[in-house]
Amino acid sequence: MKIKQISVFLENKKGRLYEALKVLQGERVNIRALSIADTSEFGILRMIVDKPEEAKKALEENGFTAKLTNVVAVGVKDEPGGLAAVLAYLYEADLNVEYVYAFVKKAGEEAIVVMRTSNLEKTISVLQEKGVKIFSFEELLNF
Amino acid sequence: MYWNKEVECMPEEKLRELQLERLKQVVKRAYEKVPFYRKKFDEAGLKPEDIRTLEDIKYIPFTSKADMREAYPFGLFAAPLEEIVEVHTSSGTTGKPVVAGYTRKDIELWGELIARCLTMIGVTKHDIVQIAYGYGLFTGGLGFHYGAQKIGATVVPASAGNTRRQIELMRDFGTTVIACTPSYSLYLAEYAKEEVGIDPATLKLRVGSFGAEMWTEEMRKEIEKRLGLKAFNVYGLTEIIGPGVAHECEAQAGLHVWEDHFLIEIIDPETGETLPDGEEGELVITSLTRDGMPMLRFRTRDITRIIRKKCDCGRTMARIERIKGRTDDMIKVRGVMLFPYQIEQAILEVQGVEPHYQIVLTRPHYLDEIEVLVEMSKETFSDEVREIEELRKKLEKRIEAAVGIRVKVTLVEPKSLPRSEGKAKRIIDKRNLK
Ligand SMILES: [Zn+2]
Repeated sequence: MKIKQISVFLENKKGRLYEALKVLQGERVNIRALSIADTSEFGILRMIVDKPEEAKKALEENGFTAKLTNVVAVGVKDEPGGLAAVLAYLYEADLNVEYVYAFVKKAGEEAIVVMRTSNLEKTISVLQEKGVKIFSFEELLNF
Repeated sequence: MYWNKEVECMPEEKLRELQLERLKQVVKRAYEKVPFYRKKFDEAGLKPEDIRTLEDIKYIPFTSKADMREAYPFGLFAAPLEEIVEVHTSSGTTGKPVVAGYTRKDIELWGELIARCLTMIGVTKHDIVQIAYGYGLFTGGLGFHYGAQKIGATVVPASAGNTRRQIELMRDFGTTVIACTPSYSLYLAEYAKEEVGIDPATLKLRVGSFGAEMWTEEMRKEIEKRLGLKAFNVYGLTEIIGPGVAHECEAQAGLHVWEDHFLIEIIDPETGETLPDGEEGELVITSLTRDGMPMLRFRTRDITRIIRKKCDCGRTMARIERIKGRTDDMIKVRGVMLFPYQIEQAILEVQGVEPHYQIVLTRPHYLDEIEVLVEMSKETFSDEVREIEELRKKLEKRIEAAVGIRVKVTLVEPKSLPRSEGKAKRIIDKRNLK
């Protein structure tokens, strides 16, 4: 149950994030989750959206470099140590986490953690074995 | 194989003697017959008899492309028109074309030079030579024609264009030698495969002589692989005689210059000072034996270096390296010459796609710095910071290896750099603004 995430290359220039979001707004793309990894020179905007293919097309037409990447979304209890437990399972299975970001709907409820690891198939099977909830794309949109 | 072994392998000392004798003659002739040279000499306070050694050539004023345009059409001819049997022109992108005039003796000489070039790469009278350079005012077609005929090869004067016919001729005639521009040879290979359905490697082509534009070692490998032949580099220019001034031998390690007819120097393109052999700079050529239009110290604007080391082929004639760039495109950074195309090549090697880039020169602390902005391509974009960092470092390393200077690479968004506005926009020089 891999999920398509859209990633966008952003130059560290004023207003680029806003412009990217404006393009998505124009396409009526709904953003479920968003994170930005940035260095002193560039940033990578990563998003879970309801219409990834359309979002990519619109961004590219507006001069952005965008890419669809597979990620895994897991449910984690919104309490201390919730994420740490999941990461521990991955560590034991010798899986590397490339990046991770989380979002919650309401404090205290379940949080969703989006992650990319060195091996997504293995990540899914390891976590499912441990009883961790893996979200499908539809579940994520309705979360 | 040699066309004229005695000359091509002449002992160096003898060669210099011959050059000096011919230099004195050509200087005298130019001074007496061409008002343009007489005026230049007089202004410099120079007399033909002042040239006593080969080194004295440095006192002779340069001749530039601009001078040639001013002399349009026949101002530089040293022979009366009744002795000029042929003219060629090189089309300039701006202004008037450059006109070259040939006497019968010049045409003979041209044939001899190309005959030497072709024999050097193994062409004989048993070969079928297809000339796919344009015939006409351009020097490529007829120059090769005279030389290949002199050898006694079977000449196929296909001229440029009509690619389908070129390939059919090659197939039906069993063409063994091709002469054309390197980019056209790649086009031929592609066309043969895609449009005619012939694998170009199955043709009988054995060797090719390619020139009239700048090309690289990577292109050579590509041409050799696709056409199944050995590719050689030819150099020449209309102002001097046309193709045949220099050509690679089988060693493919530099182009032998026919020094008995051409005197070569390398100068610093900024100061005009002569540079020692082995240093990189602008090639300056003096034609020693041209009757119709002698050239004294013509600034070619081509960047190369002179190799004097003995060549494996046994020829004593010096070699020049493959032309590395044009002085017009050159950037000097921390005293080192570099060319946008070197940077372009390096990026291409890393990214695998035609790069969009811009070179920004700054001088933040009294020292030049180069920043290269490279547009992130779809193909290389990864959504992991680590991978983008690695790409950036790889670009920096590869460019540094190509130009010999540390550069900073910044990845920018696609289409954020200016497009097709000419070379000037490739380089942003902010060094003088401070
Ligand atoms: Zn040689």
